[in-house]
Amino acid sequence: MSDMAQKDTDKKNMDKKNVGLFVTCLVDLTRPSVGFATARLLEAGGCTVHVPDSQTCCGQPAYNAGDKVDAQALARNVITAFEDFDYIVAPSGSCAGMIREHFPALLAEDEKMSARAQGVAAKTYELMEFLHDVLGVSDTGTTFQGAVTYQDSCAGLRELGIKEQPRALMAAVDGLSLKELDDGESCCGFGGLFSVKYPDISGKIVDDKAEAIEKTGADVLLGGDLGCLMNIAGRLQRRGSPVKVRHLAEVLAGMTGDVPPIGETKE
Amino acid sequence: MGPRELILGNIAKSLKESALSPSSRQEIETRLSAHANNTVPRRGQGENEAQTALFIAEAERVNATTERLDGLEQVGEAVLRYLASHNLPGSVKVAPHPLLENVDWSKHPTLDVARGRAEDSDQASLSVARAGVAETGTLVLHSGPECPTTLNFLPDNHIVLLPQSQLVGAYEEAWEMLRGDSNAMPRTVNWVTGPSRSADIEQTLLLGAHGPRRLHILIINDKKTT
Amino acid sequence: MQSTSRHFNSNARKGIADAKLQAALSKLSHGFPVKRLAAMARLPEFEALRDDARDIKEHTLANLGTYLEIYEAKVLESGGHVHWATDAADACEIILGICRDVDAKTVTKGKSMISEEIAVNEYLENNGVQPIETDLGEYIIQLRHEPPSHIIAPAIHLSKEQVAETFRGEHRHLQTGRNLDEPRTLLEEARGELRRKFIAADVGITGANMVIAETGTSIIVTNEGNGDLTQTLPKTHIVIASIEKVVPTLEDATTILRVLARSATGQEMSVYNTFSTGPKRPEDLDGPENYHVVMLDNGRSKMLGGEFHDMLRCIRCSACLNHCPVYKAIGGHAYGWVYSGPMGAVLIPGLQGLAETHDLPGASTFCGKCEDVCPMRIPLPRMLRSWREKAYAARLGSTKARFGLAAWAFLARRPSFYRPIMAFGVGLLALIGRRGRFSTLPLAGGWTASRDLSAPEGTTFLSQWKRGKR
Ligand code: SF4
Repeated sequence: MSDMAQKDTDKKNMDKKNVGLFVTCLVDLTRPSVGFATARLLEAGGCTVHVPDSQTCCGQPAYNAGDKVDAQALARNVITAFEDFDYIVAPSGSCAGMIREHFPALLAEDEKMSARAQGVAAKTYELMEFLHDVLGVSDTGTTFQGAVTYQDSCAGLRELGIKEQPRALMAAVDGLSLKELDDGESCCGFGGLFSVKYPDISGKIVDDKAEAIEKTGADVLLGGDLGCLMNIAGRLQRRGSPVKVRHLAEVLAGMTGDVPPIGETKE
Repeated sequence: MGPRELILGNIAKSLKESALSPSSRQEIETRLSAHANNTVPRRGQGENEAQTALFIAEAERVNATTERLDGLEQVGEAVLRYLASHNLPGSVKVAPHPLLENVDWSKHPTLDVARGRAEDSDQASLSVARAGVAETGTLVLHSGPECPTTLNFLPDNHIVLLPQSQLVGAYEEAWEMLRGDSNAMPRTVNWVTGPSRSADIEQTLLLGAHGPRRLHILIINDKKTT
Repeated sequence: MQSTSRHFNSNARKGIADAKLQAALSKLSHGFPVKRLAAMARLPEFEALRDDARDIKEHTLANLGTYLEIYEAKVLESGGHVHWATDAADACEIILGICRDVDAKTVTKGKSMISEEIAVNEYLENNGVQPIETDLGEYIIQLRHEPPSHIIAPAIHLSKEQVAETFRGEHRHLQTGRNLDEPRTLLEEARGELRRKFIAADVGITGANMVIAETGTSIIVTNEGNGDLTQTLPKTHIVIASIEKVVPTLEDATTILRVLARSATGQEMSVYNTFSTGPKRPEDLDGPENYHVVMLDNGRSKMLGGEFHDMLRCIRCSACLNHCPVYKAIGGHAYGWVYSGPMGAVLIPGLQGLAETHDLPGASTFCGKCEDVCPMRIPLPRMLRSWREKAYAARLGSTKARFGLAAWAFLARRPSFYRPIMAFGVGLLALIGRRGRFSTLPLAGGWTASRDLSAPEGTTFLSQWKRGKR
């Protein structure tokens, strides 16, 4: 590469936003496709995507179980791994909510970490809001044939105020029509460890959700949080429902041909 | 230590250990005597006629019925008509209110008018509201020798006279009226918004739970008289 | 009332299996919340009123002692009495004492959650005074010896057939063949029965939605008018209030009333908002001759300024119940005591002890809906989490769950162990889960009891990314 060209690339890279992708433990372990979809969307939006190898989990399970010590340790790990990026983006309202809304309080009494926690919190975004609000993406240029319905993530909706962004992005997808859920802002009954600690209650709530989803007549349920989606997919499948479930990132990144819906096999 | 001192002591202790910042006694006294308004909805604000229209619409939304009268001389007739329309006997227990003393009941010999507090046997009552609040179609009534509270609750049919000049936009204005009447609160102030109801059985809304089954409001145009 | 909170899980299962309860709960989900939204839409100032309401209470709580003293002086000035009660036993004894002073045989009661909290009915009954609940729902559950299943709709769990059966069993002096098929006929029967009792009662007991320092006034809010008959007809009116109910002025009370009914039932205003100050005046033609206020603490003064402080703003509107996915799945009785839903899950451990009640704060998805709808902007999830921290520290709850969590956290804190172990685990799961999902899986019974578990794709995102896959 000539010096000139090198300089050009450097300059371009400097303009590019350096985004730390917090892929979330669920995506990392069970559905990497969502991670690749997220990376594609961010790169298409002009970002340089970084994936720190030391990331594990945001600590929410421990935090919600009342285990503050472990939650704090995991929060410190996230902060150390991500604080040097311009932005931190997660394909999950729940994990982004944990970092943005809870890390500062969790580490408020930790003199060394408190300011760093606030710094990280201030630049953390959920994927859809980052695409729409920060990158100004209004159309991902993708096509998806079918009637979909959408389940808002509780944390995304109420902690981060995400409601319009995924809808705006869906509206721009060619061929996609959205049928809103009745009582759409209600929880799906996942709640992390809640779903296994209180299986009867969680099962009842998700059953009501599955019924509402079937009532829309949609072929596919989309959402922005893998935990909720696994919960709902599991219940729909148990009910023998034909409705398929996917993370919205897969649709926006045009990856639905590459990977089967959640809990399904290829073919 | 008695319970009073114990409780107040605990409160003081908790407050002292907390990050809450108390006001001085003087600030509190000032706040009380100022009794400033908080946010007051704009909905009820407007001309008297507009407020009257809003009052009627809101009261009817909650199942009250209303009737506008041109003057006190029409009250007897309106009461008779109302009772007849519900197949009720022509008798009414009336508040010993000075305003109602101006009604010439003798013009209606078929109407049996008694004054005083309500008894269980009374089927209809007529009382006078101190104010009407347009915001929600709410009547403000209060106890006193001229307006026994039982009239508002015991009979099945509650008729209320509301002089149009007493219509206000918001509850706060009604408080000011009461403060102007006397510097002590009456034993009871009732805000009444529609007739009694309950949805306690299978969430089915039914009117007439324990209080009146019907609430009829006579709005008197008293601009000429006041 | 004996608490059954420690049986939360089996209570909950019973609730889920109860078809009549489920029908009622599904009606509830489509009733109050929808009406609340409609009422909010008609009042552009609603959010500003919520802020005001919160600020009023916060100011009052920061000056609670002062406001209570001012309130007390005003009650005395208007000819009433104030009795202070540190706990439930104190309060019951005071109330019985007042009843005995006037030789009371029967006592009518307006709906009051504090009276449920102190279980005064039981106490009066055991001491020869007959208490009669007059709110329709409370009357029904009193006849059935049940606790309320909802703080403002106490009999919401019952069908009209169950109510009819109860009335036939209790109103034995009425014709056996009478028609009790419809809510209307049931209401009429209760109205008739209670009318006589209102008139015969020697004492009327009501709660207080608020008390006002400026004037020494107590407020009750009802739709039925039962509270008014309760407090107007007998010679003696007793108000049971608790210390956090005080607000400074009539205007402040008014602001809170503007958000109360809208948040509760979606009504613009409840039918009857009644402001009572002292006993009847000498020249009044009706009203009680004696007016007593029992001012209860029962742990509240200790909550002040602490981590559960915000709960003292609660106005018992029930919005958090009406919108709670857990409450709507299991109903109020599952919580095992007089309060339920998110507010109950915060209050009950404080009143009944965490050891027996830790499942209540445990059973929340943290969906945040309760805080979102709470007119007083109470951070309910934060307080539920505080209880969980205490429960975790006290090692309450299942050891299996604790162990699982600890193992997970141990690994997650050590990325270099975590990576290979997890990679191996997901590879294995993917291999045995070739169908795409599991309908049963060892150790995952909690999950697979009611839903399938999707199998992992097989290789972790991080390892693929590292290998250069994009
Ligand atoms: S916590 Fe809030 S929403 Fe729940 S009852 Fe109390 S005031 Fe209402």
